[in-house]
Amino acid sequence: MPWFSRDKPRVAPEPGEKTVRTEGLWEKCPGCSQILWRKALEENLDVCPKCGYHFKIDAVKRLKLLLDGEWQEHDRDLRSTDPLSFHDAVPYRQRLAVMRQKTKLPDAVISATGSLGGRKINICVLELKFIGGSMGAVVGEKITRAIERSLAERTPLVIVSASGGARMQEGAVSLMQMAKISAALMRLDEARVPFISVLTDPTTGGVTASFAMLGDLNIAEPGALIGFAGPRVIEQTIRQKLPEGFQRAEFLLAHGFLDAVVRRHDLKSFLARALDFLCGPLA
Amino acid sequence: MEPIEQQQPAEPIPEVDFAWRRVQLARHPNRPHSLDYISRLIKDFQELSGDRRFADDPAVVAGFGYFDGRPVVVIGQQKGRTTKQKLHRNFGMPKPEGYRKALRLMKLAEKFSRPVITLLDTPGAYPGVDAEERGQAEAIALNLREMARLEVPLIAVVIGEGGSGGALALGVGNKVLMMENAIYSVISPESCAAIIYRDAGLAARAAAALRLTARDLLELKLIDEIVAEPGGGAHEDHDRAAALLGEALRKALGELEGLSPRELVEQRYAKFRQMGNFFTTEPGD
Ligand SMILES: [Zn+2]
Repeated sequence: MPWFSRDKPRVAPEPGEKTVRTEGLWEKCPGCSQILWRKALEENLDVCPKCGYHFKIDAVKRLKLLLDGEWQEHDRDLRSTDPLSFHDAVPYRQRLAVMRQKTKLPDAVISATGSLGGRKINICVLELKFIGGSMGAVVGEKITRAIERSLAERTPLVIVSASGGARMQEGAVSLMQMAKISAALMRLDEARVPFISVLTDPTTGGVTASFAMLGDLNIAEPGALIGFAGPRVIEQTIRQKLPEGFQRAEFLLAHGFLDAVVRRHDLKSFLARALDFLCGPLA
Repeated sequence: MEPIEQQQPAEPIPEVDFAWRRVQLARHPNRPHSLDYISRLIKDFQELSGDRRFADDPAVVAGFGYFDGRPVVVIGQQKGRTTKQKLHRNFGMPKPEGYRKALRLMKLAEKFSRPVITLLDTPGAYPGVDAEERGQAEAIALNLREMARLEVPLIAVVIGEGGSGGALALGVGNKVLMMENAIYSVISPESCAAIIYRDAGLAARAAAALRLTARDLLELKLIDEIVAEPGGGAHEDHDRAAALLGEALRKALGELEGLSPRELVEQRYAKFRQMGNFFTTEPGD
């Protein structure tokens, strides 16, 4: 699946005109079908200036969006040992190596400590481009360690999810990460250290059914697909087309499962105000 | 994920046969279900209904009774055997109200210091519009977190199909047992095959790849113990299967007996904390 759809340039070059490479300069908005200038889109935080459609952004962009400046990354050296010796189209180990090279990330989550509006936070951001943001032993361990770090330091925790759920290639090992992380969140809950879950497009499966739904606040970006079962699985079960807007952030808000749907432009200030409320204002 | 060139298994592979046989046995129509075990092991079982929020979910049976003379709460996923029962039980696929009923009764057990026994047997949480509307993900997530702090012994047994998060939502136990021919997996072999081989017909191969048998789970240190079944499988002799499960439960409960509420929470936490220690550190990039 391509990350961004790249439409071919619509305007044919005039005869004799110098042909320039336009690929990647333009972007078609899935929300309003307008052709957007890539640079203008980026300047608008990857939100369509015409209709407000929120494009997916990668984990590093997300960290830059939310944190004040530099951050300190944790547990970057953890690597899956391929507990099942899994093999699909390619051996899982090879898939991991390719992904690492492609994304420049060790696995599907970045765990970091940084500052948000002057307040120290621990933050985990899932990377959808790394095997669909799926959760195996490494993602499970890194998030659990981030929770433990927050617990030990009494530092608030923010987890930004973008994931298809548990990682099939690690079988029941990845399934148990749901329990492991949720148990760690129980301890954070008992210690009354704030945890804010930010759900972005898409968040489904075992990630939604564990930490993503366990925030003191659960907030989402507009239009984000959020659910347990994926829409295609549900359509197969009920043999019907799903209604427009089903499992979107606004749908979850209406059904009582989100505290708020927050535009990307407002996300950082929302988190800052929420943390002020939960932890007390900064001295 | 990229498709793979369709490969037909050239000749039978022992691991594939073994895993696929377990899948078939775990789903066998005559395999004992939760109520078959409850009726044999729990004296004076009284079923309790409802999540006090929305509805009762027949895919989850729950109640109190006496095991070996000691009061326990039992919660199990129930599949149904006849067509009518299957529909009534939604093929053992719980909706949020089923998970919320389970949690309500775990809290009841905790309040009155009664151990909890859960029986896991589901193809998975129900993937339907109503289940999503009522927060299937939230219901499962909350159970995972709340089970972690339950201050009474919790013994979870996979008796048939341990279908992903839908099974795990009853599975955060001080002891996690699996019947010999039960399976426990993150995805069904059929769905896995459809993804990696683009052919649901290769489910047997996927079953082996997923390492979903009791033997695999024990080896991966994700369960504590395998409960033996009668010769050809639990479906051949329900009484004998129940007796073997009873022995295992007796032993497990006995081992947890001396632990304080705090120690029970600690023991459970430590157990799940080390699950999936399948990583190394490779500094440098
Ligand atoms: Zn647009």
